[in-house]
Amino acid sequence: MQILVDRGKCQGYGNCAVAEPRVFDLDENGIVKVLVDAPSEELRDQVKYAVLDCPARALHLEG
Amino acid sequence: MARKRRVVVTGASLAGVRTARALRDRGFDGEVVLVGAEERLPYDRPPLSKKLLAGEVPLSGIQLLSRDEADALDLDLRLGCRASALAPARRMLALDTGEQLRYDDLVIATGSAARMPTDWEAYAGVHVLRTADDALALRSALAGSPHVAVVGGGFIGCEVASTARGLGCDVTVFEPLAAPMARVLGYEMALDLAGIPLDAGVRLRCGAAVERLEGNERVERVRLTDGSVVPADVVVVGIGARPVTDWLSGSGVSVADGVLCDEHCATSVPDVYAAGDVARWHNPLFGREMRIEHWTNATEQGAFVARTILEGPQSGGYAPVPFVWSDQHGVKLQIAGVPDPSHRVRIVEGSVAQRRFVALYERGERTAGVLAVNSPRGMVTYRRRLAQDDAAEGPAGARFAARPVAQPGD
Repeated sequence: MQILVDRGKCQGYGNCAVAEPRVFDLDENGIVKVLVDAPSEELRDQVKYAVLDCPARALHLEG
Repeated sequence: MARKRRVVVTGASLAGVRTARALRDRGFDGEVVLVGAEERLPYDRPPLSKKLLAGEVPLSGIQLLSRDEADALDLDLRLGCRASALAPARRMLALDTGEQLRYDDLVIATGSAARMPTDWEAYAGVHVLRTADDALALRSALAGSPHVAVVGGGFIGCEVASTARGLGCDVTVFEPLAAPMARVLGYEMALDLAGIPLDAGVRLRCGAAVERLEGNERVERVRLTDGSVVPADVVVVGIGARPVTDWLSGSGVSVADGVLCDEHCATSVPDVYAAGDVARWHNPLFGREMRIEHWTNATEQGAFVARTILEGPQSGGYAPVPFVWSDQHGVKLQIAGVPDPSHRVRIVEGSVAQRRFVALYERGERTAGVLAVNSPRGMVTYRRRLAQDDAAEGPAGARFAARPVAQPGD
């Protein structure tokens, strides 16, 4: 499972960072920062939800 | 062979689409029927007042679900038809095409419709903004830098004003309260933030209600209750929305400004749920009913309902910290929880003068809401804190100052 981020699309809504703080955060400029590029399988559901709950569609999941 | 379980989702906007996706995500292999009133494929609504209206993205850029995705998810997509009646005793949903759809579980996600005074509709040049067609019509109307009157200084009105101003239109916002966004943010914050549209060249007419529109076939003027008259070529009416529930009359589903639901988003009728703008549910975190017309709730509530249908009632119920954002004149406003004009406001980060700050709305010792202006990082910190407080202290909502009526939504 690999998380792909389009930082150019990120609008700093922060839904991902609230949904799964172990994987997502915002940097000082309010842009998404992925803490773990390839999270463990047990986080799959939460990561998938974080991806779907991104209003800016800046996140994608591969694998 | 036993027939397959069938979930019918009526409403193909964000809440409905998210419900359907989540059913498949969770491995549901029965039938999923998604009924949408519009002919178009499902699309995302936030860009309607912003990038789509500005012409910065095409309609194809805001799609929520493509044909290929619908096929891949094995969704039975019924577009261009709407639910017209419900007969729970027979588990039948009637469509306006005359078709009857049997269901095992039904999700009501019929959304809300823009309010418009009936005697205003007759004029050409008067717009609401709810659908993609509305946005495209308004975009055409904004060509040529007309005088634009925005009636209502809530989320939609302020965003339309921002976009129209960015397109070079002469824009006036009419808001009966003392400042735009005052109903949501309270006077103190709303007055502080009124400089944002003013600096962008938007005119504000606050504290007076619109008495009527005037003109011939086309609208020409806005007349206020204080007797003043303002010329207008285009009027955008942003005075709120009503939940689409008329089709439920006589069905036995309880309705009162939304479909009434318990904390599990279940309606008064067995195996019928509601999600999104149309749902008025009991939020255990705040200890009261809410109906929220915002993006994040639609997606979260849709996912929650799907899970409840497949797994049964979820412990704790649906207890989100509401969240909404608004982008106006290049400024990011984000609101979490349930701010109330009666709350004390405390700036905990940044500076109001620099339009970069976080404000907490407090009642007594409790935090009820958070406003972040150009401070996404700060907002995340407080949203996490609110969610953690919930987990630590149980569903009684001890940390949250509930207010008895009204809603966070616009």
